[in-house]
Amino acid sequence: MRFMVIAKATPETEKAGALPDPQLMLEMGKYNEELMKAGVLLALDGLQPSSKGARVRFSGKSRTVVDGPFTEAKELIAGFQILQVKSLEEAIEWVKRAPNCSPTGEGEVEIRQIFEMEDFAPILSEAQIQHKVAKRAELPSQTAKK
Amino acid sequence: MAVSATDPHQVIHRTIEAVWRIESARVIAGLTRLTRDFDLAEDLAQEALVAALEQWPQSGVPDHPGAWLTATAKRRAIDLFRHNAVAKRKHEELARDLEALEQTAPDLDATLDNTISDDLLRLVFIACHPILPTESRAALALRLLGGLTTDEIARAFLTPEPTIAQRIVRAKRTLADQHIPFEVPRGLEFAARLASVLEVIYLIFNEGYSATAGDDLMRPNLCEDALRLGRILAELTPAEPEVHGLVALMEIQASRTHARITSTGEPVLLFGQNRTQWDQLLIHRGLTAIERAHQINTTRGPYLLQAEIAACHARARTPSETDWHRIVILYTELARIIPSPVIELNRAVAVSMAQGPQAGLTLVDALASEPSLARYHLLSSVRADLLYKLGRHPEARTEFERAATLTRNNRERSLLLARAASCDL
Repeated sequence: MRFMVIAKATPETEKAGALPDPQLMLEMGKYNEELMKAGVLLALDGLQPSSKGARVRFSGKSRTVVDGPFTEAKELIAGFQILQVKSLEEAIEWVKRAPNCSPTGEGEVEIRQIFEMEDFAPILSEAQIQHKVAKRAELPSQTAKK
Repeated sequence: MAVSATDPHQVIHRTIEAVWRIESARVIAGLTRLTRDFDLAEDLAQEALVAALEQWPQSGVPDHPGAWLTATAKRRAIDLFRHNAVAKRKHEELARDLEALEQTAPDLDATLDNTISDDLLRLVFIACHPILPTESRAALALRLLGGLTTDEIARAFLTPEPTIAQRIVRAKRTLADQHIPFEVPRGLEFAARLASVLEVIYLIFNEGYSATAGDDLMRPNLCEDALRLGRILAELTPAEPEVHGLVALMEIQASRTHARITSTGEPVLLFGQNRTQWDQLLIHRGLTAIERAHQINTTRGPYLLQAEIAACHARARTPSETDWHRIVILYTELARIIPSPVIELNRAVAVSMAQGPQAGLTLVDALASEPSLARYHLLSSVRADLLYKLGRHPEARTEFERAATLTRNNRERSLLLARAASCDL
């Protein structure tokens, strides 16, 4: 199963033109390398401050563009990783091993499970059952023809 | 303790399982180097796991769980050596070594860190030693490197747990009896031993990708386990193009997981698949792995060639965009390295797509006398398909029916019979 690990933004990561602290970059790089060596890291990226982004608001048929920056830093994201692991607990264990990237020492990382095909099984199961019943009903007539 | 919707006891157990999956290979690898006894190292690590299961529910998970497991296992090793009268002198010496290492604890972690990759690689080579039957190698690799429990391996292979447990015990005994050293092979032996490792990983992947037993066509968990092993190996041996080739092949094949089976469990052939369902992230990873292999050198082994063939399909947004000429070149190269009628058959299909059905049929007919393909349903089904495309419908019908009698897969059989029936239309 796969999880998206979402690093929340901080006032530091939101500063215009801000680049991550080189020391932190080094530590994060080492950590990411460890994830790669363990074969669990599928993808990762860091995001630029929200001042370089925009939001598109939907209201019925109308679309309104709102340019960044956005103020509520805690609700913004600063980067993500995609991990492929065996359980939520494993994702948690990996995240706990990450360096603390927040300059104030306070920060938050969110772990969310990605939908996989199997997760849709409950929706499909009814159709699946119907299909199997139909197939089974076909069987005797097929053999009868031969 | 906070009130939780999920049973805290179960949560801690799943946490311990997760820690074990993350740490066990490194713990076992490190212990094997210290004790010079792989079988003992695994037992000690298992004992440390039992201790964790006993203690962590009360004490909580330690801050450095891997270090805790290693330290616990090492303490057990020292106790064991002290109390073991047999080969006392050797063991005392080892116990002293261990204690000396213990006293230099801060450095020990650093030393372990530096040599951990080497130890892990040694563990890979011991688990996949060609002296062991393939199925034992697969079980051992999943247990030692994938951190799976015997029960998980048994469920993955739909084999009773005692069978898997016995397989592992026997494998470990064989390794001990034959005095298989804990080392990375050198020189000419390295290539042969690496091939054995790659074979095991691809076997695990294929067991998941085209399940040979059970009702399901696929068991995606096994594919994920194999991919994880492959990715670990790629970081341990970054200079081996075939390792990247195997990883690329598995990533690209896994990218089609969702598209190759309908919601009702029927197989969908490559050309019928909805390509928008292919996982672009895995394709990207596969293409990157091919790139890494190319950066090492220009020679292409069988895994890299197969990966490149898979990549030709992955790059084509529709079947008609497929670069069949390139696929023919790659199959020709592959057939040169591993002469095999099955590869020749695949090459014939590629030729038929690049140059037309008649060119393909000529090659297929040349394979008809091949004894190893006499009862191979794909030879008949490919031949049938080419005859159909050439408008020779009555011959195609006979050949589809022949293929249907040869296949052992029920779903495939009904597909072939349907095609036979369509020849009359």
